[in-house]
Amino acid sequence: MDSALIPEGARRCPFPVFAAGIAVASAVLLWGVYAMGLVWIKGLNQTNMNDYYGFALWIWADLAVIAIGGGAFFTGLLRYVFGIDELKHIINLAVVIGVICYSSALLILAIDIGQPLRGWFIFWHANVHSMLTEVAFCLSLYFSVLIIEFIPLVLENRQLDKVPFFHNLGHNMHGIMAVFAATGAFLSCFHQGSLGGVAGVLYGRPFAFREGLLIWPWTFFLFTWSAAAYGPCFTLTVCKIFEGVTRKKLVKDNVVDLLAKISGWMIATYIIAKIIDTIYWAGVTVSDMGFSFMHFYSDNAFYGVWILFTEIVICGIVPAILLTVKRFREDKKLLILAIVLGTIGVCINRWVMVLQVVAVPVMSFDTWALYIPSWQEVATTILPIAYGIIVLSLAYRYLPMFPQEQELYDAK
Amino acid sequence: MTKDNHGKAYKFGMVIDLDKCTGCGSCMVACMSENNVPFKENETDKKDSLTWMTVYKLTNGKPFPDTDICYMPRPCMHCGGKGDHGHSPCVSVCPATATDYGYDTGIVSQIYTRCFGCRYCMVSCPYHARYFNWWDPKWPPGMEEYLSPDVSPRMRGVVEKCTFCYHRYQEARDRAYYEKRDTIAEDEYQTACTQACPAGAITFGDLNNPDHEVYKLVKPDPHNCGRPRDPKAFRVLERLQTNPKVYYISEREWVRKAGDNYRKGEWDKKNMLTKADGQH
Amino acid sequence: MFPFCFEWVWDVGHYLFFGAMWYAVIIISLGMTYCVGKSLVDTLNGKGAGHGDGHH
Repeated sequence: MDSALIPEGARRCPFPVFAAGIAVASAVLLWGVYAMGLVWIKGLNQTNMNDYYGFALWIWADLAVIAIGGGAFFTGLLRYVFGIDELKHIINLAVVIGVICYSSALLILAIDIGQPLRGWFIFWHANVHSMLTEVAFCLSLYFSVLIIEFIPLVLENRQLDKVPFFHNLGHNMHGIMAVFAATGAFLSCFHQGSLGGVAGVLYGRPFAFREGLLIWPWTFFLFTWSAAAYGPCFTLTVCKIFEGVTRKKLVKDNVVDLLAKISGWMIATYIIAKIIDTIYWAGVTVSDMGFSFMHFYSDNAFYGVWILFTEIVICGIVPAILLTVKRFREDKKLLILAIVLGTIGVCINRWVMVLQVVAVPVMSFDTWALYIPSWQEVATTILPIAYGIIVLSLAYRYLPMFPQEQELYDAK
Repeated sequence: MTKDNHGKAYKFGMVIDLDKCTGCGSCMVACMSENNVPFKENETDKKDSLTWMTVYKLTNGKPFPDTDICYMPRPCMHCGGKGDHGHSPCVSVCPATATDYGYDTGIVSQIYTRCFGCRYCMVSCPYHARYFNWWDPKWPPGMEEYLSPDVSPRMRGVVEKCTFCYHRYQEARDRAYYEKRDTIAEDEYQTACTQACPAGAITFGDLNNPDHEVYKLVKPDPHNCGRPRDPKAFRVLERLQTNPKVYYISEREWVRKAGDNYRKGEWDKKNMLTKADGQH
Repeated sequence: MFPFCFEWVWDVGHYLFFGAMWYAVIIISLGMTYCVGKSLVDTLNGKGAGHGDGHH
């Protein structure tokens, strides 16, 4: 039915099966869209946020998708700027994931503001001293770069490629992609960092506050670093999910191995920096403010030392070891364990840097505040997942997303 | 004020005597009525209620008969921020310049029509002094007649907070200008909560003016970001360097200790040093 | 964002922030203009015609 659109020679499931899958994802998507409509029409009272939880599930979702979407900028940087050629076999996937993650982040931000129609004030009336301003600018600009990186892939669709102008445009964009990728990496470093800065500059919130370099708190650097380190883990996780669902090998082992190795070393160096940061924060920063380390991890029903241990040891040190040691990395099961743990680890980091920050009491007579999101918040957070599944499925079906697919099939 | 007067900046602040406060809540009521603060039909959940002035109840945590309680009214602290340069935790983070620090008054303002409701300022404030309009402001029929024409009501989706009754300052300033005076008198500009407090626990005035009662009560140290020199006075969360312009006074040691966070043994060490200073 | 917005100040913060912002905007838009322009010229010169079999 849609065979004219499918890349030549590629084997795809029958259209009705594909359509049925899309229908299921669309149903979930519509549920999210309904919740989004409720929030936009009735306001943020549809959420369980309150004056203690000004930032909650959505801001975490924003930070998390941007972190795991970091695979796009880091892989792009390695491929186009540092010239690591093997990565061209996985860059398309990284870019599509990046587009999905960043568009989701922008959508969530648009839902999350009390006066959505005034959203443009953040650009127009920009306060250059606010980390959130930096986030808004860099995020929007980097999203445009991602779209630019995505266009050539779309233009490679069999039918679009027949149009001479599109063919030429795709070719010419490929030609100067390094310029766009370098600009993207520059913008990405800043917005990943400024997302860390959002928490790090809060000197009224000891759990988040960090000293730093010039105007940038240490979280600025840690966030950029962790996105570059853990982002590829998510790219690889999605790649493995694809291979599982399609029951096909789509990317050669040497490519996966290379990206996994780079990610491993990045996580290893990041986690060392994170441990140093945590020790300094506990021993000096909050100590000077009159807090003990355990103040942040006790007297409440949820946040205990377990969360720090999970983030740093289970989802940090463990994947770092598994990905840097060749023997472990080459073991398929251990590799999958490592990339999944890595993805979870960066999400936990973003969670604590948003939700634990506001949960911790600061005034001595204040109390811990815990929160459970409303169904509208959950639905709008699941919405990007359904949307992502749809976009990825469409991209896989109609675009040459995995350049090695044919070769690997032939070799089978 | 006359035209040629560039004037010395005011630094408006508040001193609350916690030993006088009975926790009656008059300040809260006066504030809500003065500033057109809306309320919900059901106010059970206080975490999304709008209370620019909130009275906290503190206890010393001791069993009977040593139990002691203290009520602590908490308006916006109008922080001067690190180094008292006006970089309050909230002002510096607002992405749309919707909250501003008035260098002529020391008052942190909120521009409701500029705020787009990102709530970053609320997250930055350790005092929970900022409130979000989760709901459309509604008043029972007929009650709109009681709204103050001097204060604009806020729309759903924006952040609001105590302004130190800034409209009263504007009125006093306009009157002074009309009467060709350079300064406004202490009693010309007083906040609604100050006037409503039946116990006289709240004092308001210019912290830069040694003749004002607030100055005499706490003796702010201009070389130390306005830190109180009076040993009975303190500011909440002094150690975070937010440099609030709301001061508290109490004779009770446990109340002063509750104003900040101290690790084990720190308070006693600090107390010994203060006492030693006093003896010299 | 623009010097005519009333909160604009000519200070280092604005130079750096908006300098970098406009620099990125210019690079991105110039890059895209170049690509679209060159593709138009190429197309008019007959390049890419008959290319439809999915090969590069």
